[in-house]
Amino acid sequence: MAMNYNAKDEVDGGPPCAPGGTAKTRRPDNTAFKQQRLPAWQPILTAGTVLPIFFIIGLIFIPIGIGIFVTSNNIREIENPSKECEPYRRNEDKPIAPCGAIANSMFNDTLELFLIGNDSYPVPIALKKKGIAWWTDKNVKFRNPPGGDNLEERFKGTTKPVNWLKPVYMLDSDPDNNGFINEDFIVWMRTAALPTFRKLYRLIERKSDLHPTLPAGRYSLNITYNYPVHYFDGRKRMILSTISWMGGKNPFLGIAYIAVGSISFLLGVVLLVINHKYRNSSNTADITI
Amino acid sequence: MSTERDSETTFDEDSQPNDEVVPYSDDETEDELDDQGSTVEPEQNRVNREAEENQEPFRKECTWQVKANDRKYHGQPHFMNTKFFCIKKSKYANNAIKTYKYNALTFIPMNLFEQFKRSANIYFLVLLILQAIPQISTLAWYTTLVPLLLVLGVTAIKDLVDDVARHKMDKEINNRTCEVIKDGRFKVAKWKDIQVGDVIRLKKNDFVPADILLLSSSEPNSLCYVETAELDGETNLKFKMSLEITDQYLQREDTLATFDGLVECEEPNNRLDKFTGTLFWRNTSFPLDADKILLRGCVIRNTDFCHGLVIFAGADTKIMKNSGKTRFKRTKIDYLMNYMVYTIFVVLSLLSAGLAIGHAYWEAQVGNYSWYLYDGEDFTPSYRGFLNFWGYIIVLNTMVPISLYVSVEVIRLGQSHFINWDLQMYYAEKDTPAKARTTTLNEQLGQIHYIFSDKTGTLTQNIMTFKKCCINGQIYGDHRDASQHNHNKIEQVDFSWNTYADGKLAFYDHYLIEQIQSGKEPEVRQFFFLLAVCHTVMVDRIDGQLNYQAASPDEGALVNAARNFGFAFLARTQNTITISELGTERTYNVLAILDFNSDRKRMSIIVRTPEGNIRLYCKGADTVIYERLHRMNPTKQETQDALDLLGATAIEDKLQDGVPETISKLAKADIKIWVLTGDKKETAENIGFACELLTEDTTICYGEDINSLLHARMENQRNRGGVYAKFAPPVQERFFPPGGNRALIITGSWLNEILLEKKTKRSKILKLKFPRTEEERRMRTQSKRRLEAKKEQQQKNFVDLACECSAVICCRVTPKQKAMVVDLVKRYKKAITLAIGDGANDVNMIKTAHIGVGISGQEGMQAVMSSDYSFAQFRYLQRLLLVHGRWSYIRMCKFLRYFFYKNFAFTLVHFWYSFFNGYSAQTAYEDWFITLYNVLYSSLPVLLMGLLDQDVSDKLSLRFPGLYIVGQRDLLFNYKRFFVSLLHGVLTSMILFFIPLGAYLQTVGQDGEAPSDYQSFAVTIASALVITVNFQIGLDTSYWTFVNAFSIFGSIALYFGIMFDFHSAGIHVLFPSIFQFTGTASNALRQPYIWLTIILTVAVCLLPVVAIRFLSMTIWPSESDKVYRI
Repeated sequence: MAMNYNAKDEVDGGPPCAPGGTAKTRRPDNTAFKQQRLPAWQPILTAGTVLPIFFIIGLIFIPIGIGIFVTSNNIREIENPSKECEPYRRNEDKPIAPCGAIANSMFNDTLELFLIGNDSYPVPIALKKKGIAWWTDKNVKFRNPPGGDNLEERFKGTTKPVNWLKPVYMLDSDPDNNGFINEDFIVWMRTAALPTFRKLYRLIERKSDLHPTLPAGRYSLNITYNYPVHYFDGRKRMILSTISWMGGKNPFLGIAYIAVGSISFLLGVVLLVINHKYRNSSNTADITI
Repeated sequence: MSTERDSETTFDEDSQPNDEVVPYSDDETEDELDDQGSTVEPEQNRVNREAEENQEPFRKECTWQVKANDRKYHGQPHFMNTKFFCIKKSKYANNAIKTYKYNALTFIPMNLFEQFKRSANIYFLVLLILQAIPQISTLAWYTTLVPLLLVLGVTAIKDLVDDVARHKMDKEINNRTCEVIKDGRFKVAKWKDIQVGDVIRLKKNDFVPADILLLSSSEPNSLCYVETAELDGETNLKFKMSLEITDQYLQREDTLATFDGLVECEEPNNRLDKFTGTLFWRNTSFPLDADKILLRGCVIRNTDFCHGLVIFAGADTKIMKNSGKTRFKRTKIDYLMNYMVYTIFVVLSLLSAGLAIGHAYWEAQVGNYSWYLYDGEDFTPSYRGFLNFWGYIIVLNTMVPISLYVSVEVIRLGQSHFINWDLQMYYAEKDTPAKARTTTLNEQLGQIHYIFSDKTGTLTQNIMTFKKCCINGQIYGDHRDASQHNHNKIEQVDFSWNTYADGKLAFYDHYLIEQIQSGKEPEVRQFFFLLAVCHTVMVDRIDGQLNYQAASPDEGALVNAARNFGFAFLARTQNTITISELGTERTYNVLAILDFNSDRKRMSIIVRTPEGNIRLYCKGADTVIYERLHRMNPTKQETQDALDLLGATAIEDKLQDGVPETISKLAKADIKIWVLTGDKKETAENIGFACELLTEDTTICYGEDINSLLHARMENQRNRGGVYAKFAPPVQERFFPPGGNRALIITGSWLNEILLEKKTKRSKILKLKFPRTEEERRMRTQSKRRLEAKKEQQQKNFVDLACECSAVICCRVTPKQKAMVVDLVKRYKKAITLAIGDGANDVNMIKTAHIGVGISGQEGMQAVMSSDYSFAQFRYLQRLLLVHGRWSYIRMCKFLRYFFYKNFAFTLVHFWYSFFNGYSAQTAYEDWFITLYNVLYSSLPVLLMGLLDQDVSDKLSLRFPGLYIVGQRDLLFNYKRFFVSLLHGVLTSMILFFIPLGAYLQTVGQDGEAPSDYQSFAVTIASALVITVNFQIGLDTSYWTFVNAFSIFGSIALYFGIMFDFHSAGIHVLFPSIFQFTGTASNALRQPYIWLTIILTVAVCLLPVVAIRFLSMTIWPSESDKVYRI
């Protein structure tokens, strides 16, 4: 190291008897950055800055929590616990469309809802099939294969997924909701994060503001059981729910907000007390240096 | 038994050590130092020793043959070495130097190879390979590749910039020109074309291009002056002298061109001062030594031209042989950091193993029965578990921070630049800024426990001024007029009567001038004549003014004083010396010069006056001169036997500015300062008082005091010892009663006595005798071991004792001993040491200490060259340690703590998620987020904090040195702090996962569309994570500049910007398989519910931190908190 040869030294070393005539010094620049004097704000956790945060958060979070909770509680859900379903069958080999395990396991129960009015004939409730998927999914991610008008032609040479009852081009009669852009399929393909999940099946649209969407009365649910969950101890539910600005019913967030807000408020009080207790001593504390 | 006693007696015999003498010269102790410390040897020590061992042994075999003016000669087959299989290359290197590492072709492979020598990079490469295995991988290929490429790229760019600079330098140097004989004439040639055996001509101020044998010069007596500043840092001129015969016959071009001498010498080596060889010419052989060799890197001075024969070229030259042995010093934090990374590895493997077992179990229980999970593979659950182990290693790999090392490097580099840029460590007088020569040690500057300081030139200015003298029993130098009356106020002596006076000497004794001019006392004139004649100073004239170049500042001061008092040294040739004696020039024949060296500590000269009288003049250290006055002893110093005392000189070396203040500041920062000096005891003690290391109420202990204390302690330990000694915990007893201010002043010889480092020549002779029996050999090793144990105990005791003293001054110590003392403290105290010095004699200790600081002062650059930091004044040390060191330490600690935190908070979300996905190594984030989190979304704010953060300003840092203690005690980063950071990360990851989980568990979106889908969930967690960690760094930053604010909010904005881009329809259309999250950001973040979830998550992550910080600041404020509040 002492003798670490450095070509640069040889150059810098120059003839010392003739010190460079120029007045160029090696004096460092006197800039705020280089001298580490950049203007800065040194935040310090004082009672004046910290305590208001806790109170403000308490004051903001609690009403938000109450709001969410109330909204969530106003959302009405009707549940229908599922029953056991039949086992699935195999299929022959051919290129499968759509491929993949998720598609293969697509939910294929059909649900129909009837209003049993005063008449003995049940009135079917219109369940909207379209508009249940994300616009981007329907219009960007999922496209039907190119070709002529006939969807069956376009899917020629493929076979349906092993567990499917119908080939993909027969999912719906509406050409805008058939094949890969069938919204039931798209909804299924948007994988859930957690093992217990909810997926949107159909929409029940309100016809006019005067009439309730689902008038009071007796309803019957007609389920075609196709989807087996027996083997893995699965359970199915059908939930009828209203929605609000915050989506469906979920008490968790509201309660969490109320709890965090309250704890924050409480913490504010506790810290205020502690600060008051220690303020005098810390102000007079000598620096033991 | 006899052997044991013998070797022990070598320690116990002998009288008291002599305080006055430096124990031994350096060469003799080298092997002894090597012997010590074979048992517990710190890494550093070993490295140093290896460096020493690397000094190639000096070989006598002369196998290197150089034929003048005969290039073909060196291409003969027997000079060829086999390089690869059959490619042969001459063993004679050509003169092109190559300090660069890469060229355009080799850069990428070589640099990658270099970088993959690092275990961290190898680790990520292995991960990359694992990811390529489809059964294992759950992550896209680019998640590891992109960060790895970025990390490699940053390092590669840095290397490239360095290498380009080296290329430029090499080119510049290789293309320098000098005159070489070619085809019988001198022709200008580039340095790179010079070859061994070439005859070259050099002119004044030329750099010497290779190691050459001086053949002749334009100066009389074939002298050639060179400056060796590049080699050893010494700025005084040295002279080289060629053989008489070559100088005589080889002056003209034609004779040089026909010169056909053959030189046989040793192979190239790195010994700068050694050379042996023989010149065969005209059927005669002439011995050659180092005096006839000009080394590459020297500069020709005061010589119009000279001729030489190239002996070693390019890579064979001594300066190149000495290069490249860069030691790597590493900091405490480096070691700690490595251990922590290993800890994380272990945690990673354990977690993965646990999750893998979980997966195997889950497969057996659930997975095998779930028809929808059928994947066509017929694996057993345990095999799936095994695969998942590797899957989790990949998924959780971000626990080991990929960008940690490169970020640490960047931060250190920045901090080093701040040191270089500091105006307050810039010494305007010499135009010297501070320089961090090593960029990897900055935070260690904040952890120094012990400072070992040289005295001369470090604490003092090393500018010697002639103050007083004593001639014939009369002391001169007080303030008095020509008639010996003392005055308090008297003007300076006017030297204008003397044309040679330089007008810089401040002298107030007019009586001395009177004495010189009157010539009443001949001794006075004789005295100054001696000063003018007895020295090795070189002189040249610049603008008619005499300019002296002295090997040591005190010699220069004496010659200069003589010049001012009318005895000006004017010129020197090899055999004569010319002096102006009060205006009359006289030339003396020099018959002999015995140069000064540290063993003899005196120099002598024999001159013949023009009248024909022969006189011997001698000057030297008081002790050695005193011995030789009027005493007869029939030794070889016969010529110096009966000397008459002419007088004595007093030279002053002032303390540098601000030394006492700096020392007291550093003492308040609980840094112990040891002064190690070659001076004698009295001088050292005086300096101790002058720089306030010692005060009136300090009790001073000397060698004999502590020797008895240590003896008593040893006895004690021996009595208590025996069988139980090994099991009983070592009792820490104090040597001194607590309280009171104690200082230790110890001389080199006492140090040897106490540390049993005495020369053991006798035992060495015994060793040479071959042990005859097995018994004997065993006895011998046993006694050796016992001796070593004793020595270690004694050393430990000494260090304990010395550390109880507030100040330690070691005087009359050799460079080796300086290094030894540093090493002792390093070894037995496990403390961080800093050595500061300015001269070649400090190089050893500078290299031994954890941090070496060089003062660029009067004594050349050698200390600076081997140092890690250098500046011009001792007082800058306080700023380096208390400001830069402290800041660097705090920044690095904060940086590391945050870095581990943020990676844990990020990665462990996968862990929590695994409980909800059958331990299937499913990631909780989008692949692109994993790819960019470490390099884009969370890197800049923490980097800036690591570069810019200041808890208190520099002024306050200096005003309250007690703030320094956090670093010494490792308070800000240690295993506890590390685990707290990990815990913080774990808790944050829990909050990040479970609050969105709760919120998503049974919800539907605004439009009834499912927001609880995997992709929205991932976006929610990722958004909360990015906001949390960036706000967290905001909380950790105590010095908010606009760049900090910009980087924090910029990182968050960047995250959202990139996410919306990657989730856009357009990019999906372009790369459908890479960007799968199409529309997630816009769909998810449109929902107020998700925003409310994110806000809640961030709040729950940060509020406890704020509360805890506030509480701890209120209840247990740290020193810097207190300082800040003032």
